[in-house]
Amino acid sequence: MDRINQYLKTVPTWIVYLLGALPAVWIVFDGLNAIDPVRAIEWGLGLWAVRLLIATLSISPLRWAGLNLLRFRRQLGLVAFAYVVLHFAAWLTIDMGLRWGQILQDLYKRWYILIGMSALLLLIPLAVTSNNASIRRLGARNWNRLHKIAYLATGLGMIHFLMVGKVYTAEVLTYAAILVVLLALRVWRNGLRSLTPV
Amino acid sequence: MTYKPDLHWSDVTPQAAFLNRRQIIVTAGAALLAGPALAKSPYSTDDAPNSFEEITNYNNYYEFGTDKADPAANAGGFNASPWSVVVDGLVDKPGTYDLGDLLSGLTQEERIYRFRCVEAWSMIVPWQGVQLSSLIEKLGPKPGARFIAFETVVRPKEMVGQQRAILDWPYREGLRMDEAMNPLTLLATGLYGKDLPNQNGAPIRLVTPWKYGFKSIKAIVKISFTDTMPQTTWNMMAANEYGFYANVNPQVDHPRWSQASERRIGAGLFAGRQDTLMFNGYSDQVASLYSGMDLVANY
Repeated sequence: MDRINQYLKTVPTWIVYLLGALPAVWIVFDGLNAIDPVRAIEWGLGLWAVRLLIATLSISPLRWAGLNLLRFRRQLGLVAFAYVVLHFAAWLTIDMGLRWGQILQDLYKRWYILIGMSALLLLIPLAVTSNNASIRRLGARNWNRLHKIAYLATGLGMIHFLMVGKVYTAEVLTYAAILVVLLALRVWRNGLRSLTPV
Repeated sequence: MTYKPDLHWSDVTPQAAFLNRRQIIVTAGAALLAGPALAKSPYSTDDAPNSFEEITNYNNYYEFGTDKADPAANAGGFNASPWSVVVDGLVDKPGTYDLGDLLSGLTQEERIYRFRCVEAWSMIVPWQGVQLSSLIEKLGPKPGARFIAFETVVRPKEMVGQQRAILDWPYREGLRMDEAMNPLTLLATGLYGKDLPNQNGAPIRLVTPWKYGFKSIKAIVKISFTDTMPQTTWNMMAANEYGFYANVNPQVDHPRWSQASERRIGAGLFAGRQDTLMFNGYSDQVASLYSGMDLVANY
């Protein structure tokens, strides 16, 4: 494990952006061949947003287990945020066709859209402060408190994912279970307060 | 030397002509496949049908899996022949019928119908089948029969989705007798002039084009005439989201999403949405069935 961690120190962090872009490229190219490209692309981007948010929250538990990927967490979180934004953009454009009347109605009438939208909004301050200058300006303590919003945002994203289907499929329940385990690990190790900003 | 295009916007094929050309090709193809026996029904839409590929690879048929591509992938091993259908309840001629006997003497027709899924997407499908009313008349309902109930076959070995209790199998649907007798209501046995593919509900399924797609029950093995409103699968699953009637209605939203508009499958990535029509555009044929009814309460 130490050798892996030593090796990881030599890997440039921008690799995460490069690798992170690959699923999006694949989603679009594969989606264009689907019977319903709109659904394939919108769904694929949302699915990868959930996967990458969960991956970002896995960094700490993995470190407790000995694998240190902390260097890549910022990049991973930003890539996850990009998928959330792309998923939202796909909903606005290719799915809703910019029907603003219906979009606005959905935003205040539909719980799952409201919840997904809240997750996106909550992630904005995290994305904006994902840089060294912000850590200096806020101070490490405050910055850490702010970034605990990631748990809430990922939880809301997961609820959005659970609510969007007509039934709970094995796939969506698997992601929900992984997220519950990740959060439970934190509580088990650091107590319930580790999940809250105060 | 720089290249100067000598083509102008005026040279582009007008969209109307382009769409028209597509429609001519598609309808000619459909007519060819359907053969000369089936005349154009006055109930058929003039819209261009979706392609056979689209109709047979984008299906909600949870018996074969929850993903739209699952039915096409998993229905290959399903055995739709021989097929028998149980007819029971308040009916003069109950019994277990071979499918051929059940439909013998009934007129096969082609019906090109709009198909609107409760998930707010839609297609145009060229079905072949018989009017349900003709079968009902042949079987002879007793006076007390006010509803008709249908059940899908249960074969977990052939239908992998049934190996998990994702829905309460068998899939169940039902219609009020006047809905069942409406000339739009079809028992489909084919599409595009071919036998119904397994993933589309082989060998026999219901088609009620003014209702959301989940009413159109597939692989029917039981038809019951009853005096009480039958239980229906999605209503049992989530009664606040899926009613017995399930009429397409742009004014009554699904609790979790709007039904005001729909996406037409095959229209392309940037086609956007089109307005959903009351009763999916079949008001002239079916609105009278519901006169005086509160369609918000009876969703």
